[in-house]
Amino acid sequence: MAGAKNHDYHILPPDIWPLVGSFSAFAMAIGGVRWMHDMAHGGLIFAIGTVAVALTFFSWWSNVIKEAHAGDHTPVVQLHLRYGMILFIASEVMFFVGWFWAWFDFSLFPQPIEMVDGVVTNYIGQDGAAALLQWPPKGIEVLNAFELPLLNTMILLCSGTTVTWAHHSLIHGDRKGLKTGLWLTILLGALFSCIQAYEYSVAPFPFAGINYSSAFYMATGFHGFHVLVGTIFLIVCLVRTYKGHFTPQQHFGFEAAAWYWHFVDVVWLFLFIVVYVWGGWGAPVH
Amino acid sequence: MTTITADGHIDDHAHDADHKPAFFQRWFMSTNHKDIGTLYLIFAIVAGIIGGAISGLMRLELAEPGIQYLQMWATAHNGMMGGGEASLDEAYHLWNVLITAHGLIMVFFMVMPAMIGGFGNWFVPLMIGAPDMAFPRMNNVSFWLLVPAFLLLFGSTFVPGGTGLGAGTGWTVYAPLSTSGSAGPAVDMAILSLHLAGASSILGAINFITTIFNMRAPGMTLHKMPLFVWSVLVTAFLLLLSLPVLAAAITMLLTDRNFGTTFYDAAGGGDPVLYQHLFWFFGHPEVYIMILPGFGMISHIVSTFSRKPVFGYLGMAYAMVAIGVVGFVVWAHHMFTTGMSVNVKMYFTAATMVIAVPTGIKIFSWIATMWGGSMTFKTPMMWALGFIFMFTVGGVTGVVLANGGIDDNLHDTYYVVAHFHYVLSLGAVFSIFAGFYYWFPKMSGRMYNELLGQLHFWIFFIGVNILFFPQHFLGQQGMPRRYADYPEQFAYWNQISSIGYAVMLVGVLIFFVNIGYSLLAGRKAVGNYWGEGATTLEWTLSSPPPFHQFETLPQIK
Repeated sequence: MAGAKNHDYHILPPDIWPLVGSFSAFAMAIGGVRWMHDMAHGGLIFAIGTVAVALTFFSWWSNVIKEAHAGDHTPVVQLHLRYGMILFIASEVMFFVGWFWAWFDFSLFPQPIEMVDGVVTNYIGQDGAAALLQWPPKGIEVLNAFELPLLNTMILLCSGTTVTWAHHSLIHGDRKGLKTGLWLTILLGALFSCIQAYEYSVAPFPFAGINYSSAFYMATGFHGFHVLVGTIFLIVCLVRTYKGHFTPQQHFGFEAAAWYWHFVDVVWLFLFIVVYVWGGWGAPVH
Repeated sequence: MTTITADGHIDDHAHDADHKPAFFQRWFMSTNHKDIGTLYLIFAIVAGIIGGAISGLMRLELAEPGIQYLQMWATAHNGMMGGGEASLDEAYHLWNVLITAHGLIMVFFMVMPAMIGGFGNWFVPLMIGAPDMAFPRMNNVSFWLLVPAFLLLFGSTFVPGGTGLGAGTGWTVYAPLSTSGSAGPAVDMAILSLHLAGASSILGAINFITTIFNMRAPGMTLHKMPLFVWSVLVTAFLLLLSLPVLAAAITMLLTDRNFGTTFYDAAGGGDPVLYQHLFWFFGHPEVYIMILPGFGMISHIVSTFSRKPVFGYLGMAYAMVAIGVVGFVVWAHHMFTTGMSVNVKMYFTAATMVIAVPTGIKIFSWIATMWGGSMTFKTPMMWALGFIFMFTVGGVTGVVLANGGIDDNLHDTYYVVAHFHYVLSLGAVFSIFAGFYYWFPKMSGRMYNELLGQLHFWIFFIGVNILFFPQHFLGQQGMPRRYADYPEQFAYWNQISSIGYAVMLVGVLIFFVNIGYSLLAGRKAVGNYWGEGATTLEWTLSSPPPFHQFETLPQIK
């Protein structure tokens, strides 16, 4: 055929989902702003946008899987996907750098604040302010790092081994081991999320009003969100496993999920050390 | 880039590779790097017109001391949304909205889309001999995310933002003005606009890095790669690593504004300076993001019109890498007046000055490239020479400002405004015009008009210098930036500056006449219309190139 391509790159036909996804994100933004300002239909518009974004992700990646099965993912295209995932994770790392930066700013350069009955006062420039220069701030009772947070650390580390188990099973053609490993990883991830949700519900400090809470909840909360995303990614891999996808030679979707899971795991290790252990050292324990 | 020669064949099956999709599919569902590049360029031009018009309003108001038009405009602005006569405070708020919109539009919706989205998309695949980008579909979402982002920013100017309509925070969105100082949804919309624009750029960065690392034609090692591709590679890494930090920073703004966190509120132990650190950790790499692709383009243009390979190719490439790396560790020179210790100031002063070294390597290498060359002074070369001259002026005032002690005096004065407009309006924008004239015939298939191009250059060059050079004097006299009004003593240079805007505007109008004329009646462009000085792979293709080029990959010797 004249003009046929003589290379292994993937030339794509026109596609509607980028346009749909972008304007769904627009709906999320507009809905979100209206929602936050108690304007009409804010929640509804936000929900529609969110569903449409989810639909975009679903359709887009469904197409990617179809293309993979159609043989479009030549070795060089698979290499592209690897680079893409690594770079995406690199950008995610920098996102967490921002939250850790806030934590270190507050903990290394504390303000003379005190929380009494949920009310926070900053005594800067007043008598006795120097005595309040501590972290965590006076009046904060912290969660015991060596109870549920340590358990959660173990759970995530364990899930890192089960996902590796699944990977090795996949490489060696052991489909049953792949399913078991994935099931265990997903269950451990779900268990982590449940424990984290429980911990939030009994945490001795409120969400609003004080720097400790802001940095604690937003850093661990964004991590929790990434755990949910990673769990969904693994569930997709499990469903694909049952549908007979993945071969010992080509299974990048699974590897990307595993990479993402390890990334989430590593972020947690830093959170555990910096926020729960070091960041709560010396404070009264709940 | 010095020794690149392709097989030398003009794509001979262009007809078969040139089948284009129908209109909606082609422009709204595109997976073609050239079409997406064109969309980016059109977007950048539209945004540039809006952002440029805003600066026109500002120069009009600043032409004389006192408030001339601002209150009238604020009343009209209120009227659009059903409001009444504007108070003086609302008028001042409108001023803040204008400076905010001008800055954000020019940075995120004009310079970045033009350089990276436009020229990057068009010419990175062509220069490395690739048929398209690595992720053609994701390429399109990068473009389309910019449209809602722009609509959010544009829409924000019509909703309450505190003292009046719109987000009046400055492009830096500093807390606490952007938190407790700006009630209403406008600032939230501006923040989410930045979220979307940031997502667009991160996806674009992933795409460019993957494309450049994996899709170079057989034989094109990194050390044979054209300098424009090098520049986009470094830029993409800066985007990838700096934008997520901005995302975290503005997410903290969002939760401080709406959900009661106290990241930036000292009453709850928060730290407004934390925002400045996070912002400038992004913001400083961002200024290199805006200039590095320009460096790349200027290298090609200087080489082409000197008919010589670029002097010190490897030094040029690694100078950009060095600028990118060092650019990450100098951010606090934007914050010298926040009360940092002298030691920290000394570090950031020294680190900032280090950047002058690789930048100097580039300037001197461009001069050395021209040295002994067989030079012609076509429009792109004029813009490139203008760039080298004006960017050096901006770079030198940058070295002045890098001194923490001197910056105590000049911080937030018009000296700073003059400095960054010399590196951006006379640097980045000159390089965009240079690249535009250099490649316009390649992209459109039509030659631009040389006379109009030269007129555009000279009028614009004279205009922007009249516009911005006096602002150095205003800054040294102590005129603060971001004010709608000023004492009588600053009147003289302000008036001159406003006249400069009018001169520049004439140049811009000639530019649009040139585009219109060239598209309608321009001479047909041949594949390599610059001749033997133009050596990179895009010159081996027809003008415009076929819809899908390099279906057989070129071999690099």
